[in-house]
Amino acid sequence: MKLTLTIWRQKDPGAKGKFVRYPMDNVNPEMSMLECLDVLNESLAERGEEPVAFEHDCREGICGSCGFMISGVAHGPLPATTVCQLTMRHFKDGEELVLEPWRSRSFPFVKDLVVDRRAFDRIIQAGGYVSVSTGNAPDGNAIPVGKEEADRAMDAAACIGCGACVAACPNGSAALFTGAKIAHLGILPQGQPERDRRAVRMVAQMHAEGFGSCTNIGECTGVCPKEIPLEVIARMNHDYLYGAWRERRQVVTTIAPATDWEFGKK
Amino acid sequence: MSTAVASPRENRAPGFWGSTNGRKAVMAVTGFILFLFVIGHLLGNLQVFDGPVRLNAYGRFLHNLGELLWIVRGILILCVVLHIWATFVLWRRNRDARPIGYQVKKSVASSYADRTMYWSGPIVLAFVIFHLLEFTSGTIHPESRFIPGDVYHNVVAGFSVWWVSAWYIFALILLGMHLRHGLWSMFQSLGLNHPRHTPVLKQAALWIAILITAGYISIPVSVLAGWVR
Ligand code: HEM
Ligand code: SF4
Ligand code: FES
Repeated sequence: MKLTLTIWRQKDPGAKGKFVRYPMDNVNPEMSMLECLDVLNESLAERGEEPVAFEHDCREGICGSCGFMISGVAHGPLPATTVCQLTMRHFKDGEELVLEPWRSRSFPFVKDLVVDRRAFDRIIQAGGYVSVSTGNAPDGNAIPVGKEEADRAMDAAACIGCGACVAACPNGSAALFTGAKIAHLGILPQGQPERDRRAVRMVAQMHAEGFGSCTNIGECTGVCPKEIPLEVIARMNHDYLYGAWRERRQVVTTIAPATDWEFGKK
Repeated sequence: MSTAVASPRENRAPGFWGSTNGRKAVMAVTGFILFLFVIGHLLGNLQVFDGPVRLNAYGRFLHNLGELLWIVRGILILCVVLHIWATFVLWRRNRDARPIGYQVKKSVASSYADRTMYWSGPIVLAFVIFHLLEFTSGTIHPESRFIPGDVYHNVVAGFSVWWVSAWYIFALILLGMHLRHGLWSMFQSLGLNHPRHTPVLKQAALWIAILITAGYISIPVSVLAGWVR
């Protein structure tokens, strides 16, 4: 099949970027979006041009490395699918696709379709530890967990940290990601001892990173490859409101978002 | 991107009033109180259909509340101020969160009412100011004389002007859209979401918003149609 890819090309954060059109004549409909870019990159390399930079690792939809906007929708038009799992047969022959990187102040630009998502790592880091006994592996049934709780925690834990929620949100909010991280431990009995503190700290870090505020419109869930439900955002609000009250005497500090690129040193 | 860079600098975290989540809770609580007012005000206004005696008696009753009236007004003003404060600080933050916009951006999951909260709110504010100047203080009362105390006359005379009615109807449709999203969103902001109840709540929010809008709009429509004279 034929496709035209219009891709955002920008060498580095300091350079001026622009969209470049790449017509492709021989796209195999069974290829994934990333394989399609691989094919394009091979032909670019043959012509001596700079290949398009994009992030990828597992290519099976579980690591959260990949992701960019395809014609205005994060991870493309197919619901619950990362770009590495999105096969080209879902597009029409002759379609024109616009590929853009995630746009967020909190995700500093790196190159072409790559942005720096370490803000997410710092939010997870701010959550701190979970009290577990060390030593031998605990008995599997030592702590009973109800089926419904286990399912809800598992649903939240499915988040792969891809950043599509932030990219799709008109407010650039990271509420779905942070909510998923707060919920997946907060629902389980093992997560109870640090539940208040974890919520307060992760929310504080999310704030320090400069993400926008949630307006509960659900664009994030709509594009999330793991279909994380909006419920986790309510969960975050709940745990934060209780936690902020009960931990009111604690001094909470955040990790300063120090992004090397931002300060001009590599 | 698995390595987190922790800089040695640590900064103090925002507290309840500083965090986006705390501000949304403020918005939800104040929005809820304003919603209660909207309901009460509608029930009071609908007495226009009972004729001038009832409506004017109701107006007198409110004015005779004395201190209580000012307490209620004070609470409402405080709610409006806090609601707008939260709107403003969050709007600024959200605008800054995406300095470079997208060339192409599509919405996949949200409705028009969801996405236009930051439009419907301020327009409702402009409307409320106009509305107070028209029916409470009587400063603006186009094409007729404002008679303090004769609520019925003021309503009929006010709404007989077509553009006053049109502006009123337009603003109330926006209020309805504001409530269609706000009435379920406030539960979410306060941390209440339930896999079974929330879909019901969303449906209820739609119907409550429609009923409120229809109830308010029935008044100017009846005046223009000549049913209320
Ligand atoms: C009678 C007047 C009003 C009522 C009953 C009302 C009610 C509400 C409710 C219940 C919410 C949901 C809160 C939440 O999501 O947590 C809300 C949100 C909001 N209100 Fe109002 N409101 C009114 C007037 C205003 C005014 C005058 C403004 C602006 C100047 C405004 C701006 C907003 C905005 C921007 C939101 C969006 C919050 C969000 O989704 O993040 N509202 N309102
Ligand atoms: S919540 Fe969904 S969209 Fe957001 S980072 Fe996690 S997996 Fe990606
Ligand atoms: S490359 Fe791992 S999720 Fe796409």
